[in-house]
Amino acid sequence: MTDQTTAPARLSTLDSLEAEGIHIIREAVGTARKPVLLFSGGKDSVVVLHLATKAFWPGKVPFELLHVDTGHNFDEVLEFRDRTVERLGLRLQVAKVQDYIDDGRLRERPDGTRNPLQTVPLLDGIAEHKYDVVFGGARRDEEKARAKERVVSLRDEFGAWDPRNQRPELWNLYNPRHLPGQHVRVFPLSNWTELDVWRYIERENIELPSLYYAHERDVFQRDGMWLTPHHSVRVRDTDQIVKRTVRYRTVGDASCTGAVESPAITVSDVIAEVASTRITERGATRADDRLSEAAMEDRKKEGYF
Amino acid sequence: MTAAPESVTTTDDASDASAVPDTTRTSLLRFATAGSVDDGKSTLVGRLLHDTKSILADAYEAVERVSRERGSEEVDLALLTDGLRAEREQGITIDVAYRYFSTPRRTFILADCPGHVQYTRNTVTGASTADALVVLIDARYGVVEQTKRHLAVAALLRVPHVIVAVNKIDLLDYAQGPYRSIAQHVQSHAESLGLPNVITVPVSALNGDNVATRSESTPWYEGPTVLEILETVPSIDQGADEFAAAHRHGVAHPTAADAEAAASGWRFPVQLVLRPQDAAVAEEFREYRGYAGQVAEGTVRVGDEVVVQPSGKRTTVAGIDTATGPLEAAHTGQSVAIRLADEIDIARGDLLSSAEDATSASKKFHAHVAWLTDRPLRVRDRVLVQHGSATVQAMVASIDGILDISLPGGTLDSSIKPGHELLLNDIGVVTLQLAQPLAVEDYGKHRRTGAFCLVDPQDGNTLAAGTARAHVPGTGEDTYVSI
Repeated sequence: MTDQTTAPARLSTLDSLEAEGIHIIREAVGTARKPVLLFSGGKDSVVVLHLATKAFWPGKVPFELLHVDTGHNFDEVLEFRDRTVERLGLRLQVAKVQDYIDDGRLRERPDGTRNPLQTVPLLDGIAEHKYDVVFGGARRDEEKARAKERVVSLRDEFGAWDPRNQRPELWNLYNPRHLPGQHVRVFPLSNWTELDVWRYIERENIELPSLYYAHERDVFQRDGMWLTPHHSVRVRDTDQIVKRTVRYRTVGDASCTGAVESPAITVSDVIAEVASTRITERGATRADDRLSEAAMEDRKKEGYF
Repeated sequence: MTAAPESVTTTDDASDASAVPDTTRTSLLRFATAGSVDDGKSTLVGRLLHDTKSILADAYEAVERVSRERGSEEVDLALLTDGLRAEREQGITIDVAYRYFSTPRRTFILADCPGHVQYTRNTVTGASTADALVVLIDARYGVVEQTKRHLAVAALLRVPHVIVAVNKIDLLDYAQGPYRSIAQHVQSHAESLGLPNVITVPVSALNGDNVATRSESTPWYEGPTVLEILETVPSIDQGADEFAAAHRHGVAHPTAADAEAAASGWRFPVQLVLRPQDAAVAEEFREYRGYAGQVAEGTVRVGDEVVVQPSGKRTTVAGIDTATGPLEAAHTGQSVAIRLADEIDIARGDLLSSAEDATSASKKFHAHVAWLTDRPLRVRDRVLVQHGSATVQAMVASIDGILDISLPGGTLDSSIKPGHELLLNDIGVVTLQLAQPLAVEDYGKHRRTGAFCLVDPQDGNTLAAGTARAHVPGTGEDTYVSI
């Protein structure tokens, strides 16, 4: 008896995930009036954008990008974001948390973290531009609330996610129907793991912001994380600034995104590191997910990504 | 705060490159688990994750801490699959959770289907995408009604491989007798349902026997572990259906060549028409016209004759394109764009199919329907049928019966009792009348083109999972197959 798993030689895991992601993107665009991709310059949204360029080839990606800018972003990431948009000839909309703070619609939190503040500008941006299908790079393996998220997930007028009342998702038949005022979030990377994303970045030779790779940087430790001095972070007198070789596993709000000590300077270094890592991605580097055991669940119900 | 910042630490075997799955080479298997909490399903899932070293340190430490807080001396692996806060508070699982793990041989997507509330809804959802279904049985109680329901769903959805894990054999002192009689009962029930590939395994999820490692406590069992089965069975993307067809044609242990030979035609639902014009990435593609989609079944080759449904027009495949270059052939599961030799009016929702076994479109068909919503389905109800990338209006012409899995020795066809409405979790036989013809095929032969959902035309919610059986014999285009 032959080894049935290798013959007939067909799709690898990455081939299957890529094909599924392209199918999801095409299906959502096929039913959407005005789709948009939430694009932060982070690796997951970069991979979704890469899949979109494949899904519509030889045409351009037929939708806009939306970035919710916390005002705490790393310069390298913003520069990368703008360069990517330029290269692909796309249009970028930016919703700025800073605008909301300046005119008093949002107040700075005592801990200075702005990730939870993104929800209102995000929902306003969706309503203002009348987006009905909103692509995101979230993966189910990131967090246990995400593990129950549908590929196509209905959001009500408040952007809220109701985990008890989700539509069954059958075969590859995605149901994006929604009433006026509602929208759907679509997650083409639902079934990808962090390792799959990195393997794919390597295979497809996808460019990322340089923060993802090891570099020397001034850092100090707080709450068990390496933070970097940045205009968004209040450095206290007691904070000891030291030089370390670090990289970021996620790139978000500089005030709550920690770096990890790492010598990984190439994609394959990162893959080896990810494959052997013992700390989950969010647990290691996101202070906002540590707020409580159900932190992500709460933010998702309020309309977060 | 005195804790030192995390640096990325590595496991003991991290230096062993072979322990790192290379997903550019290994294949993907999607499987679902079905069973209730009491069967030890969470423990089995936790055991699979733990024994494949898929649990990260912080997640494992959290489970250790919670186990201690609850006064348990041993680490409760079931806690690894603990979900939302609402679930923890109520001690139940409310929805399908997806989990990811891998071994050096394969990567896995696990749809973990809760057993208590809305069990049919969850099992149908999980099983619809599954290459394999793992059904849990408590060895102390054997085959119970829920087991029969899970096997009926597996038969209805034609899950290619069913693994029945007879759990808690440690509580029966690893005795062979009770396992053998349960296994026999499972096999005879599976046979009557027409489920061909059912494998039973004696396991103790608690102790890890025959889950990922062979047990020394069951010397009388010479078969594979649950994980070994999952690592080796062919997935749908790798031709599981073709292997099954070869098996049906009388080949006991089909090889890849047998499977190729048994393969019938191909199906390609059109998702989008790609006509970039001004949005072309390069001037040479301005006039490009291709049909974007994912191969639903079979292998498409350049030069193949094509029938377009529902129009019935014929042409040939002129090219198969991807962003990274043209292909000579595209297999089940690949997302590509197909160019055709002739300009034919084709839109999203149409179906391209191989000519030699082409189906025809119909406006009326029989189907099994798993009803997944609170309000009942009645005759003359208006619904939307979502089939591939097509959605059409439909009406329930008749409700022809309801599956009664309690009937002894029944097949899917013989276990039908009369009924005039479908309630939540019912599986019924219905006849649907469509406003426009669709190329719906017999799910028993064509999984993707036989599957559909029913959608509420008013609020857009998904109401039911459907598997088509046959068109209703009638006149003209309506007639193409009988059951």
